[in-house]
Amino acid sequence: MLPDNDTQFDASGQAWLDQLTARHRNDASRLLQILREMQERFGHIPQDAISRLAERLGIPRARIESVASFYSFLHLKPQGEYRVLFSDNITDRMLGNQALLEQMCQLLWLQPGKVSEDGLVSINTTSCTGMCDQGPALLINGRAITRLSHQRVQEIAQLIRNRTPMSDWPADFFHVGDNIRRGGLLLDNKLAYGEVLHTALAAGAQSIIDTVKASGLRGRGGAGFPTGLKWESCRKAQGSDHYVVCNADEGEPGTFKDRVLLTRQADLVFEGMTLCALAVGAKQGFLYLRGEYRYLLEPLRAVLQRRRDSNLLGESILGKSGFDFDIDIHLGAGAYICGEESALIESLEGKRGVPRNRPPFPVTHGYMQQPTAVDNVETFCQAALAVQMGADKYRAIGTEKSSGSKLISVSGDCAYPGIYEYPFGVSIREILQDCGAVNTRAVQVSGPSGVCVPESEFGRKLGFEDLPTAGAFMVFDDSRDLFEVARNFVHFFAHESCGFCTPCRVGTSMLKQTMDKIANGHGTQYDLNEVENLDRVLQTSSHCGLGRTACNPVLHTLKHFRPAYENKLKSLMFSPAFDLDGSLARARQMTGRDDAGAHLKETE
Amino acid sequence: MSETFQLDGAAVPFEPGQTVMQAALAAGHYIPHLCYHPEFKPHGSCKLCTVKLNGRTTASCTLPAEAGLNIESNIEELNALRRTLVQMLFAEGNHFCPSCEKSGNCVLQALGYDLEVHATGFRHLYPDRPLDASHPDILLDFNRCVLCELCVRASSEVDGKNVFALSGRGITKHLIVNSASGLLKDTDIALTDKAMEVCPVGVILKKRVGFSQPIGARRYDQRPISAQALDDAPRQVDASGNCKTCEDAS
Repeated sequence: MLPDNDTQFDASGQAWLDQLTARHRNDASRLLQILREMQERFGHIPQDAISRLAERLGIPRARIESVASFYSFLHLKPQGEYRVLFSDNITDRMLGNQALLEQMCQLLWLQPGKVSEDGLVSINTTSCTGMCDQGPALLINGRAITRLSHQRVQEIAQLIRNRTPMSDWPADFFHVGDNIRRGGLLLDNKLAYGEVLHTALAAGAQSIIDTVKASGLRGRGGAGFPTGLKWESCRKAQGSDHYVVCNADEGEPGTFKDRVLLTRQADLVFEGMTLCALAVGAKQGFLYLRGEYRYLLEPLRAVLQRRRDSNLLGESILGKSGFDFDIDIHLGAGAYICGEESALIESLEGKRGVPRNRPPFPVTHGYMQQPTAVDNVETFCQAALAVQMGADKYRAIGTEKSSGSKLISVSGDCAYPGIYEYPFGVSIREILQDCGAVNTRAVQVSGPSGVCVPESEFGRKLGFEDLPTAGAFMVFDDSRDLFEVARNFVHFFAHESCGFCTPCRVGTSMLKQTMDKIANGHGTQYDLNEVENLDRVLQTSSHCGLGRTACNPVLHTLKHFRPAYENKLKSLMFSPAFDLDGSLARARQMTGRDDAGAHLKETE
Repeated sequence: MSETFQLDGAAVPFEPGQTVMQAALAAGHYIPHLCYHPEFKPHGSCKLCTVKLNGRTTASCTLPAEAGLNIESNIEELNALRRTLVQMLFAEGNHFCPSCEKSGNCVLQALGYDLEVHATGFRHLYPDRPLDASHPDILLDFNRCVLCELCVRASSEVDGKNVFALSGRGITKHLIVNSASGLLKDTDIALTDKAMEVCPVGVILKKRVGFSQPIGARRYDQRPISAQALDDAPRQVDASGNCKTCEDAS
């Protein structure tokens, strides 16, 4: 085992840290960004480095530990030189990620969640990494590897055993395909860089807001708040500074459209943000990029630099004096909750990503308590398109209350997983046909926090009138057990609960326990009642949307696929969750016994 | 004449800037609460003070009071919710009331009695939370922590020290102290700190004074917490309706 107080933080490490903090102006609001870079350099956050950092930033060291411990990709204890995290979304599971994880553990001689005895490698699971269209996927030292197979796992294990630097690994491992299957006004746009800004500058700030309002554009992150109204409120709000924030913390399992937009349409995203800056009067913008998309950081920075060089960012943009705006990219570090806008702002300020009490809302009290417009990646693109096309033309696309198009991330049991762009109002059946899905039992629309739609309802349409969606579309055919789907989602919520409020912190764990109990064959009617009770508590008293929707997967699957639960139940009214035989597993492991005498028979 | 809102059918006057909880307590109406403390800025994490407003539920300690609000609190639906939340807190930590020094003075225990929680209801999580007995005068028993953050807030807001912080996420969230060793003895805590007084349960204890007050004669042995909380609540202190504590807390 590696000692807790490792020796990596030597004089050169300290000099490096001092340079790092100086580059971040010793500013405590940069704490998360500093910690992320420390994690990249040291493989964890060394204890001695925390003391040094606390001095440099002038904050208590407990605050640093408090922040670091909140994010899954930051480690306060030494991990392996190679830190392997298997994406564990249900779509990865359906593609066999568990067998691959076991294979890698066997090849490298360690148990999941542990560091190998020589300190070489650690293997664990992580929440969906946004590669559902090309899974099973994993992250090694923060870098995404897709399309895992037994052969690829074998190759990876070999590279790790040989301590081959990751820069020398086959480039093909890290290839992330875009898989665009169906284009539309967004994906097929042929706009030149700066074209929309030229149009907008000529029209003026108020006109941008009027156009976006008239276009009927609503937020694409799921909640569907009218974008024009948000920008107008932000513009009117009093504050010393205004900010624009692009939410690229695409954490909802099954969603990967922002990954593709940031790869293929980065200019349009930044154009939309700059447009918003003009509209609300912001000088500074942030793109909050989820840590799983770390590989996009350098390409995105290059795009930003090109835009600065072309006077599309920086001072006096396009020669308009007083129109100054620039964009900084902040990386997340493995926390789904930071997709919630107020938690995202907390994280931007270098804190734990805990959702704020609202009101006040970010449009009046956002980043640094100043007026802030937070919008989804796709929303900024759509806003740019709406301004370019004009409100009437934009509004003509989609449905009455859901204008424009929507990117759908299709994954699961279908022939052609990938990105599909449709005008709002498309039916589930139509998408299933396009993606080559057959014998479909259910579709999970908008991820675990969304809705599970059974076959009888495939005529339903995507849009704010019926099925609002952030874009995830996971397909399950008739070979799938919907109970296991729900159980995977319940584990996800328990892992991602920020822990601030009692109902979500404890309730999601209790729900996980109950689902595991049913899966292990100990469930009874009592447990199904318990699930409903927990749901009531989570829905009525949770602090934010995570807790309020954490029961949705169970409730929806219980409603439509009750037999999937009931055939796992014991007939008894009550069965204890305590498993007498299971508790002997450790003793069996220690003695190397697994014969009949080492097991207890259960009394029926 | 100040404006009022309705709480369970009674008119409650309030001052601008007050939350529903602050106004209710000041006017002699009890809403169950745990992480709320009249001297600190409310943050709304325990959710015991959840009330109903136009059919929607929300924490009353962070809800700004407004004229004409129609709020329900003392109804079975919400009391059942509060009972479950208390059960959750009992199942989350390791609470052994009979051997706890805080028994009878403990807010969690008192809430349990007052809300008529008869069983823990959930499977206990039995977390592994070692004690910190490193400090010569102070014992930390993390087993009982309910993560209300009152000590965190007291230490930073009143003592200006930041002795305590919360670490981890979700169900692994836990209290830590501000020292490289992770031990209380290496922090700058003092017996006179506000943080020493605010723990509603039995985490932060003075050594060598245990059980000086006999069980049976303790705070909540005398009167239930619903009555006690109103005595503790800051009340309007002068004719103009100014109450310094309320203003500081808002």
